[in-house]
Amino acid sequence: MSAPATPAPVLETRGLRRAFGGHVVLSDVSLTFAPNRLSAIIGPNGAGKTTCFNLLTGFLAPDAGQILFEGRDITALPPDRRARLGICRSFQVLNLFDDYTVLENVRVAVPAMRRRGFDLWTPAGAVSEAEDRAAAIIRRVGLAGREHVAARFMSYGQRRLLEIGVALAGEPAVLLMDEPTSGLGSRPMETLRELVQRLAEGLTIVVIEHDMSFVLSLSHHVVVLHRGTVIAEGPPAAIRDHAEVREAYLGTLRYTRTA
Amino acid sequence: MNRWVPLPMLGLFLLAAALPSVLWMGGYTYLGTEVMIWAIFALGYNLLLGYTGLPAFGHGAFFGMAGYFLGATQKWLTGGLWLPLAAGVLGTMLCGGLVGLFVARRRGIYFSLLTIAFGVMFWFLVFVLDAWTGGEDGLTGIQRLSVTVPGAGGLALRDNVTFYYFVYAFFVASTIVLWRIVNSPFGQVIRAIKQSETRARALGYDTPRYKWAVFTLSCGFAGLAGGLYTLARYGAFAEPMSLQQSGNVVLMCLIGGGFASFYGPVLGVVVFLVLRDVLSTLTDHWMLLYGLLFMGIILFLPEGILGLIQRARRPTRFHDTQAAEAARTGDTPSGEAPGPAPRGGG
Repeated sequence: MSAPATPAPVLETRGLRRAFGGHVVLSDVSLTFAPNRLSAIIGPNGAGKTTCFNLLTGFLAPDAGQILFEGRDITALPPDRRARLGICRSFQVLNLFDDYTVLENVRVAVPAMRRRGFDLWTPAGAVSEAEDRAAAIIRRVGLAGREHVAARFMSYGQRRLLEIGVALAGEPAVLLMDEPTSGLGSRPMETLRELVQRLAEGLTIVVIEHDMSFVLSLSHHVVVLHRGTVIAEGPPAAIRDHAEVREAYLGTLRYTRTA
Repeated sequence: MNRWVPLPMLGLFLLAAALPSVLWMGGYTYLGTEVMIWAIFALGYNLLLGYTGLPAFGHGAFFGMAGYFLGATQKWLTGGLWLPLAAGVLGTMLCGGLVGLFVARRRGIYFSLLTIAFGVMFWFLVFVLDAWTGGEDGLTGIQRLSVTVPGAGGLALRDNVTFYYFVYAFFVASTIVLWRIVNSPFGQVIRAIKQSETRARALGYDTPRYKWAVFTLSCGFAGLAGGLYTLARYGAFAEPMSLQQSGNVVLMCLIGGGFASFYGPVLGVVVFLVLRDVLSTLTDHWMLLYGLLFMGIILFLPEGILGLIQRARRPTRFHDTQAAEAARTGDTPSGEAPGPAPRGGG
């Protein structure tokens, strides 16, 4: 397979470092996420995966390093500015507007609604552009018919789907999903796998995931984080056989703290 | 029509309009005026407390300071009625906007403490600047000048019934405006911020700016109410600005059910003021009864009176078939009381 010239990455990090107190969570993490690929970040608990997402989305600031979006340095931008650029995320611990219905949750996330955020007069339901867009997304994540159910009253699996729907509503240039299958049983997991597979056609996705079969079957590119550094990177097939990765997951990697 | 004045609101307006002509209530015209003034204040305050989830505890300062802006403008600058009233609103919004710059980035207890600190600061300012404010004596001699209404000639606001309808007009207008605000895209955003500020931020909303805007807006309504209150009493006084009095508007919102319904604060004001009036004629120890009653309400009805009623009315909202049915029959969420659904968890 002869690869054409590598397309410019959508999202890129250079030498990211972040410590909490004296505990270095990420050190020298440089990653590139190519357009229209599904990249997975895997690694044992405490490897720094979610911290990495929080740096990418601006909820944490790095101690050192740079974050580039479409070639532009966004390291200093606050999270809402990054979201407006199209860096959209879902959360590992569900973070929905529980009192809102499915429709309201998605609608408030649509950029057409956001642009009218300081409109004090028009009824929110009359912003038809946002309404239509929200309805389309609800269908896309398979929640059609549940539009008027309050988020708090939905099953866990459906709340997971809604979590993704809300992130999708932001019209992402890159979609970051933090453990989308976390806590799911086998059947909702299958629904979610199909959804992610469909989304991956024509969207840049970065996903943090523990479920190896999910990662190996869906992703184009896998990054393995261990104790805050990238220990392996490559296509899923290569990662599967990578000795160090096996060790990290099996827990036999030697204790290598250097301090 | 429904987008402007839904049915419960229409009922409220009609009731308030009829009050002075109902014989046995006619004697309470002044009390009715105060109820509407405080209702404007409480409805505006509930934008912060009930809708955005920002417990500001020093809001009495804004209610009170409007009187000084109004009084100073009437006495020393322009005279008249409309300009001083506008000065009351705008001056208060300006102060609110400045305070908002400091508090909008704070959350939870830090937000509350800062609002208390600013409230106390303004309260002290009244006594520091006593050359202008009259200090402990208050700024007296403020007049309810007559208003010229096209077609109706001059309205003598000195007359309590006329003044009642003057306040009524502001009450109606404020209620409609606030109803539009809570149902607008802006209203959706602030309710979202209450539920999860982190998520709202992740969706691209600059949440501190929204919090600042809500704070300033609510100060605008506090300024309007405070200005009317000053006219009602022919003077501006410091006591509504004290920390203790600042708690009143919080209580009003909680008692009535500001977390559960748009109308909660109005009911809260009615209960608060009428009860005070009635109890104080019955016994000298009314404060004790009054306090106990509120403790009871807060303990046993954490969502207020309307919260209780709402819960009794639709206990099965989670049955999607019913919700979907309601939606199909046009009973959409924006058509009914848009108050944030009862808080979960706590």
